[in-house]
Amino acid sequence: MSKMNLLQAVNNALDIAMADNPKVICFGEDVGGFGGVFRATSNLQEKYGRDRCFNTPLVEQGIIGFANGLASQGSVPVAEIQFADYIFPAFDQIVNEAAKFRYRSGDLFNVGGLTIRTPYGGGIAGGHYHSQSPEAYFAQTPGLKVVVPRNPHQAKGLLLAAIRDPNPVIFFEPKRIYRASVGEVPDEDYQLPLGSAEVVKEGSDITLLAWGAQMEYLEMADQLAEKDGISCELIDLRTIVPWDIDTVVASVKKTGRLLITHEAPYTGGFGGEISAAIQERCFLHLESPIARVAGMDTPYPLALEKEYIADHLKIYEAIKQSVNF
Amino acid sequence: MTADTKNRAIHSLRFIRGDELQIPTYKVLKQDGTPYKGAKLPDLDKHTALRIYKAMVRTRVLDERMLAAQRQGRLSFYMQSTGEEATTVGFAAALDDEDMIMAQYREQGALVYRGFTLEEFMNQLFSNERDYGKGRQMPIHYGSSKLHYMTISSPLATQIPQATGYAYGQKLAGDGKCTVTVFGEGAASEGDFHAALNMASVLKVPVIFLCRNNGYAISTPSNEQFAADGIAPRALGYGMHTIRVDGNDILAVYAATVEARRIAVEENEPVLIEAMSYRLAAHSSSDDPSGYRSKKEEENWASKDPLSRMKQWLLLQEWWSEDEDKQLYDIDRRDVLATLKECEKHPIPKLEEMITDVYDVPPPLLKEQLEQLKEHIRKYPEAYPKTAGRLDNE
Repeated sequence: MSKMNLLQAVNNALDIAMADNPKVICFGEDVGGFGGVFRATSNLQEKYGRDRCFNTPLVEQGIIGFANGLASQGSVPVAEIQFADYIFPAFDQIVNEAAKFRYRSGDLFNVGGLTIRTPYGGGIAGGHYHSQSPEAYFAQTPGLKVVVPRNPHQAKGLLLAAIRDPNPVIFFEPKRIYRASVGEVPDEDYQLPLGSAEVVKEGSDITLLAWGAQMEYLEMADQLAEKDGISCELIDLRTIVPWDIDTVVASVKKTGRLLITHEAPYTGGFGGEISAAIQERCFLHLESPIARVAGMDTPYPLALEKEYIADHLKIYEAIKQSVNF
Repeated sequence: MTADTKNRAIHSLRFIRGDELQIPTYKVLKQDGTPYKGAKLPDLDKHTALRIYKAMVRTRVLDERMLAAQRQGRLSFYMQSTGEEATTVGFAAALDDEDMIMAQYREQGALVYRGFTLEEFMNQLFSNERDYGKGRQMPIHYGSSKLHYMTISSPLATQIPQATGYAYGQKLAGDGKCTVTVFGEGAASEGDFHAALNMASVLKVPVIFLCRNNGYAISTPSNEQFAADGIAPRALGYGMHTIRVDGNDILAVYAATVEARRIAVEENEPVLIEAMSYRLAAHSSSDDPSGYRSKKEEENWASKDPLSRMKQWLLLQEWWSEDEDKQLYDIDRRDVLATLKECEKHPIPKLEEMITDVYDVPPPLLKEQLEQLKEHIRKYPEAYPKTAGRLDNE
């Protein structure tokens, strides 16, 4: 065990993946000798050479197009998009190409080796283009897996699983807690399962569901609710697609209430998908409407960021409303 | 080169004009099959030359017959490559058979050359259960892993940066292979073209970019596609080798690709080839070119037919005869029709194939959706005649 922050855990996972498999190749803007603008790829070029860890020209559609080709050749590309806000130039390569590669070829070809790492989320005074949480755009694309870790232990285990998963995976890294989230991380090689949620804390009155950095607000809200005598069950979804319906259904059948929170805007957010699916499956068990606490339906604001965020107080209020419904 | 370029400073104000550079077209054969004076013929033996010519003829015949079949309503869609066979067969002939080809959609000639059978073409065109693609994509979206031919997709130019990535993997593997990506002059306007060429040059990748400049992107003539001297000069801005060839001249295409391959594999440098030709057919079975171009223009290009030019050369070599030529067309026409009739009878893929290959294994929610669909089909079997009868023997 070592004490690591989330960035160090990502770096450690990349190091282990590259040492374990010579086909793992890391690239992106400023990823090479400099080690990435957040230093997630620090020392990898030094250790594994310029051929396996390098800078690309500044072109996101090129980075992912290149990665798709490299993966179809049998390599294991781990491509970095510097901010999730800048993944959109590569949307076509991700949605029309990576996601459909295996299906459209009848499994003659695939890009299963592909992992796209990208820092996402707000809370860092990043304004419109250094704050977005675009997971829901990708959630509607069959063929992709979408994964979001909440702490260093998760980041290492889920990233190693993502790199080795035989499907293209988008790995969103919560940059607000890149350095703030520190924890004990096993030194050895380990994986956490994709497609599986984690019940972080058991409770009986209401199920609270989130992912990534939002889990921190969820835990803060839970502490406030606990003082009021409300017993919350906390679930970290971990994988957005394919998501773990069974774990959420089991929890909601027990508690009878569900609150979903995410950083991304309310309308079209992945909370809507979860809400609809749980309503279909748990109709007779629900004792209050499913609550969604999300970002507002605006571009991500700078000066009013604190007001915009779906913080612990907004979640706390929604918990009370749900329980008192 | 860095920002510091003072070693090439000038002190009089002068802009460089876009039209100062005109790239010439490399030509070897005249239309009568004789070489241009001073043109050096590539080293092409009789066996390979006939393999090329036969692939060009089969491609032409396949295109004629399948367009007719589309007109009869026997398949939903088709795209001919008529007029461009010297390019699409010639480049493939110059490659190692294990080099990867990542094409656009009008390159069936390369597949014919590599030995894709008529059955394999037809299975894809009819989306039957023998189609490698399991009936999921529109006709002409061929692919073959054993022939190193990447499955075609409709979004234009997406394969170009993928080719750069594929070739980078080949370089690391050190297997002495390269990748060739083919695209039209219209697709070269996409951002993916820029991304691919720049990355290939910077990362020193063994990839050949082959542009089929056939004058039109659907109805858009090339003078509404770009203002400069075509596609070839763009490579220079990326620091890349480039050449323009007569795309109707099999020997020019072949010779240029042989040398491009040598540069790619031996020097790990990308190369651009722009093959000048003409799209003699409509863009696709959904297009009528009479709305945007003249018969006279089409006739002019028909007189530069690449098949006729190669035939004349073969006749002069005494490697081929008019009798053999007539026989070849007759046999190909007969074989294409017979295969068509056979393959259109095969059923479409089973319902299960709707959910396989989305991921390596179908996730639980997707399996649930398939079960719901089966229930529904069992309830209304007459509405789904192609799958209803095949649900019970799973």
